Amino acid sequence: MVSSRKDNLSRWLVLIPLGVTAWLAGLLPAISAGAPPAWRWEWVSLLGIRLDFMADGLGWLFALLISGIGALVVVYANGYLAGHPQLRSFLVTILLFMFAMLGVVLADNLLLLFIFWELTSVTSYLLIGFKHEYEASRKAALQALLVTGLGGVAMLAGLTLLGLAGGSFQISALVGQAASIQASPLYPAMLVLVLLGAFTKSAQFPFHFWLPGAMEAPAPVSAYLHSATMVKAGIYLLARFTPILGGHPAWQAALLAVGGATLLLGAFLAIQKLDLKRILAYSTISILGALVFLLGVGTPLAVKGALTLLLAHSLYKGTLFMVAGILEHSTGEREIDKLSGLRRQMPLVALAAGAAALSMAGLPPLLGFISKEVFYEATRHSPGWANALTAVAVTANILLVAVAGLAALAPFFGARKEFKDYHAPGWQLTLGPLMLAGLGLALGLLPGWLGAAVITPAASAALGSAYTAKLALWHGLTPELALSGLTVAGGALLYWGLPRLRPTLARLDVGERIGPQRVYEAGLAGMLRLAAGQTRVIQSGYLENYISIILLTAAGLAGYGLWQNGLHIQPLEWGGLEMIEEILLLAIIAVAGVAAVATRSRLMAVASLGAVGFAVAMLYALFSAPDLAMTQFAIETLVVILFVLVLYRLPGFASLSSPRARLRDWLVAGTAGVTITGVLLAILAIPLESRLAPWLAENSVPLAGGRNVVNVILVDFRGIDTLGEITVLAVAAIGIFALLQMPAPRKPEIQEAPEDPEGSDA
Amino acid sequence: MRTRSLILTTAARGLLPLMIVFSVFLLFRGHNEPGGGFVGGLVASAAFALYGFANGVNQARARLHTQPNVLIGAGLLLAAASGLPSLLLGQPFMTGLWSAAQLPVVGKIGTPLFFDIGVYLLVLGVTTMIMFSLAEEAGA
Repeated sequence: MVSSRKDNLSRWLVLIPLGVTAWLAGLLPAISAGAPPAWRWEWVSLLGIRLDFMADGLGWLFALLISGIGALVVVYANGYLAGHPQLRSFLVTILLFMFAMLGVVLADNLLLLFIFWELTSVTSYLLIGFKHEYEASRKAALQALLVTGLGGVAMLAGLTLLGLAGGSFQISALVGQAASIQASPLYPAMLVLVLLGAFTKSAQFPFHFWLPGAMEAPAPVSAYLHSATMVKAGIYLLARFTPILGGHPAWQAALLAVGGATLLLGAFLAIQKLDLKRILAYSTISILGALVFLLGVGTPLAVKGALTLLLAHSLYKGTLFMVAGILEHSTGEREIDKLSGLRRQMPLVALAAGAAALSMAGLPPLLGFISKEVFYEATRHSPGWANALTAVAVTANILLVAVAGLAALAPFFGARKEFKDYHAPGWQLTLGPLMLAGLGLALGLLPGWLGAAVITPAASAALGSAYTAKLALWHGLTPELALSGLTVAGGALLYWGLPRLRPTLARLDVGERIGPQRVYEAGLAGMLRLAAGQTRVIQSGYLENYISIILLTAAGLAGYGLWQNGLHIQPLEWGGLEMIEEILLLAIIAVAGVAAVATRSRLMAVASLGAVGFAVAMLYALFSAPDLAMTQFAIETLVVILFVLVLYRLPGFASLSSPRARLRDWLVAGTAGVTITGVLLAILAIPLESRLAPWLAENSVPLAGGRNVVNVILVDFRGIDTLGEITVLAVAAIGIFALLQMPAPRKPEIQEAPEDPEGSDA
Repeated sequence: MRTRSLILTTAARGLLPLMIVFSVFLLFRGHNEPGGGFVGGLVASAAFALYGFANGVNQARARLHTQPNVLIGAGLLLAAASGLPSLLLGQPFMTGLWSAAQLPVVGKIGTPLFFDIGVYLLVLGVTTMIMFSLAEEAGA
């Protein structure tokens, strides 16, 4: 159980999003006046990445949704996950996500936007996979991450091209460059890549499948990420880039086709589902399609419609997701045919759900009605295909009216049912839906203010030019009103007939069998198979293979370099050997080397190698490199000690390798040795005219205050190198530690490994 | 249990502190004379290796008074942190800063000295970690 103190801290966390909301609300006068505040700092200026933020109308509208709904979601999560041991980390991740989203919509730099964009993917991965003990959650989280992540990579490429074509990474500076950017030969590639990013994030066909999967997430996550914020990031991107990339026929065609397909498909799939959260997920996909579709129409009217619909949808869909969470929390059921008559048990929740459903169905005086009117007006006045686009919009909206009935009427009306573990939702759960649904009503009653204060600056930013958006509940007896009536009537009819239509619809749904979900799964399985096969080939598990490959590669590259260099090497001179000590040491090295190879005792081999090392160290000492000599002595001592410790673990010496394998080893060793000798001689052949050595010697004392040049180089002149080296050393030690602590396999795996081609292992 | 040589055990007991002092001496003289953190750390490790051979790994571990991984972490942290003070003065990371005062044995105090101490601790940690792990596996 969680102590009440801990709960209190989680409750106080709501102050963070509330504070951000209040701060954003304070910016409204400046934004309405057309003077967007900006904050700019230097960061990685060399790469054009700056910490540039700007709150224009578009960014502000999104930011306010993000922080405002964020505050409600924090309250809601306190009720939904009350007593959960990981409530705190959940809330912190939600807040991290919130700041990442705020970064996306307030960034005024392409690369900064991308960084925040990726942060939303990472935090949403953590949030979708919150119930990580369930495999379904983990799979859904990974799927969302992979799909949006791949889109994100494409987008990075697209944004880079955009920055190169426009000559700046500052978004607000690119707005004026639209003509030259669209004339650039990079435009088609840029367009495809940026759209990939936006479409994957906003769950557009054929990338829509991750969103229903992400319904494994707890209800607060669905209400926050999957209705109001993250999935709208793609919409934000398209709206943000409308004045830069928009207006081009290719842009319009892509957005209309993908948005239209998503709009219809989402609505069509939504009416077939029985799981409440899936119904909501598919209807969200449909609305996201509608938003892309409207941005594809691209007229000022359509942009106004998109922004109004976006606001209305965030409010009602946030409500409905929270309601779905409450139903599941209170009754343990999510299937709509198992829920009915709950309006008596939870009247306030039913009220919120009802208001949200009416907004979704587009009935006055709710905001959804206004947004649908503008939607129809925009399609009817589209510069091309006005009738076809209007037909698509009406069809989808009829389906969505039926969906609204499924999601919000079915669970609350009809016969009252008794649920075994029923418990009434607390105030924390009820507050969010009531507030959001209430806002949908309030804004529907204040269309004039909404249009002037909020939609006008946002639409102006999305269009790149000043535009005055007027909204009203009553436009008179217009064709749009007639279409609205038709929509509601058709939707009601469909809702009434739906139980009889279900079997037919199920037959039509082939998405489960051949849809993009299957493509994704096949792709993932293929990738794993490829990785496994490649690992089998490259990672043979035989130490001798690894060493041979490393040595031969190194020798091959070095040999190629020598050959390119014209085999220009220093001829061997024996005349330089004057001191008897040198001859003696060389003799020791030679004898010990031969002994190390020839001996049949491991201890003897180790001791011989040690002798080689000590003799080399003596050579260092003779040629006045005391630091090197001292270090070499210490190292050799320790290496022998370590070897001796390892010797305990090894079985007795036995000649296991075949003569053929030994011949191969000889060849590998010989090749490597000869090549390295060649490289050393080639280095000696280059006249040593370094300006570095005298510089180091002269500056060691004045610049670094040390007379030992070697040490000064290590700790000062090239200190960062040393830092890197000791880091590697630490990592290696951790690796060795982990390897040695690992329990030994009961049976040596060698028996199961494929037969060594050389047959060198018994 | 192997039988231990009394002479080696007794010698190791006396040699351990001597070798540690020597290794610290190497560390501090490194900036002006042959020596330095790396070789100092190796000598100190050799001291513990000798002690371990004479008295067993557990005794050597006890004489280290801390875990090797603590030494590794502390060394890396100290070495990395020694590059930070120069940032405060607006100079590039790891610019050496030296005090004006001269101390009796150590000489001048400066950030590279702390870097070297970090190297010393890390090298000691790495080698003792490997040595102790191997020796425990071997059941010595």
